[in-house]
Amino acid sequence: MSATNTIRMIGHRAINAVWRIGVASRFFIYTLLYSGSSFRRFRLTIKELFSTGVMSLIIIIVAGLFVGMVLGLQGYETLKRYGSESALGTMVALSLVRELGPVVAALLFASRAGSAMTAEIGLMKATEQISAMEMMAVNPIARIVAPRFWAGVISMPLLAAMFSAVGVFGGYLVGVVQIGVDEGSFWSQMQSAVDFRDDILNGVIKSFAFGIVVTLIALFEGFDAPPTAEGVSGATTRTVVTSSLAILMLDFVLTAIMFRGN
Amino acid sequence: MERTTLDLWVGAFVVAGVAALVMLAMKVGNLGTYNVSDAYQVHAYFTNIGGLKTKASIKSAGVVVGRVTGITLDTERYEAKVEMSLDRRYQFPKDTFANILTSGLLGEQYIGLMPGGDSEMLANGGIIKKTQSAVVLEELIGKFIYNKAEEPAK
Repeated sequence: MSATNTIRMIGHRAINAVWRIGVASRFFIYTLLYSGSSFRRFRLTIKELFSTGVMSLIIIIVAGLFVGMVLGLQGYETLKRYGSESALGTMVALSLVRELGPVVAALLFASRAGSAMTAEIGLMKATEQISAMEMMAVNPIARIVAPRFWAGVISMPLLAAMFSAVGVFGGYLVGVVQIGVDEGSFWSQMQSAVDFRDDILNGVIKSFAFGIVVTLIALFEGFDAPPTAEGVSGATTRTVVTSSLAILMLDFVLTAIMFRGN
Repeated sequence: MERTTLDLWVGAFVVAGVAALVMLAMKVGNLGTYNVSDAYQVHAYFTNIGGLKTKASIKSAGVVVGRVTGITLDTERYEAKVEMSLDRRYQFPKDTFANILTSGLLGEQYIGLMPGGDSEMLANGGIIKKTQSAVVLEELIGKFIYNKAEEPAK
């Protein structure tokens, strides 16, 4: 009998998972449909841009600086063995612009801004603010969800670009200022190796995709959270875990599409 | 928070993000550097291009004068056809010599142009007839070993 129960449990889980994906997609479409007001009343979006974008600035800049500095140190140690220290700039810039910038910035964004979004919306639901809005014929998706969604989508590429720029500067600080790699070859080799369309623009596209996914997961988890203290805390955890995994998996897929054999 | 302070912060955030992007494009990427805007196309046939890739630089006397825009195999002559785009500011004689060279021992490969003495210049769609293939290290070593084996024992 227990074998049947196990299979029944697997079936239940599978149906649940598919059902949640379906609800999330419907949620995404509703968000897009009702996002007109977040542009017509752009002030709502600006307020969210402040809490998602501006408040994430410090963590992004500090993390970018240190990641760049570590890349400079480690890259130098490795490249030194082959006598090609002058390629340090290329290594730092390519790894930041292609991978680390979009991915690490998105991971930080998910834990800094995504968790806050989930907790905020979950609490709104728990304290019945959302039901009150519906009672006053205010669409909560248009009023609460859409501005946050667009704020996340707008700020993610900007944050990733700042992360990469600060990271390159960190690599420069360690490589050129501290260790003494030739400054001219650091910049010129970097410039000849990094292509605007293939590397920088693809990085920006990646961070756009991450922005959509992270913000959507955070908003959906918040909106879907059981209206209890436990439910909100569980939803916040799920936001960070799910969006981190989604970022890493999506990154692999996007990289495979963008940089396939050239 | 007051409305104007909020606007100020968000404005600064957006400006900083866009500035970072522009800095990446100009200082890190190749958008601000060499760009063949006004170019003419020539091509050349090589028996072996070694590790030459598209976007490799074309240098003359060490100065970058263009980029490789395409590499294909010509199935009529079974040779590599390399398309090049050269800056219009630099004109080369018709009997220019194209070499595939390597920067450093392990560096990337580029095409070096050695100008000849012809009075006529290469035009758009022209062909560089005199070429020398890439030096493939394995072939070189193979030849060396072969020659050594042929030498009479002392």
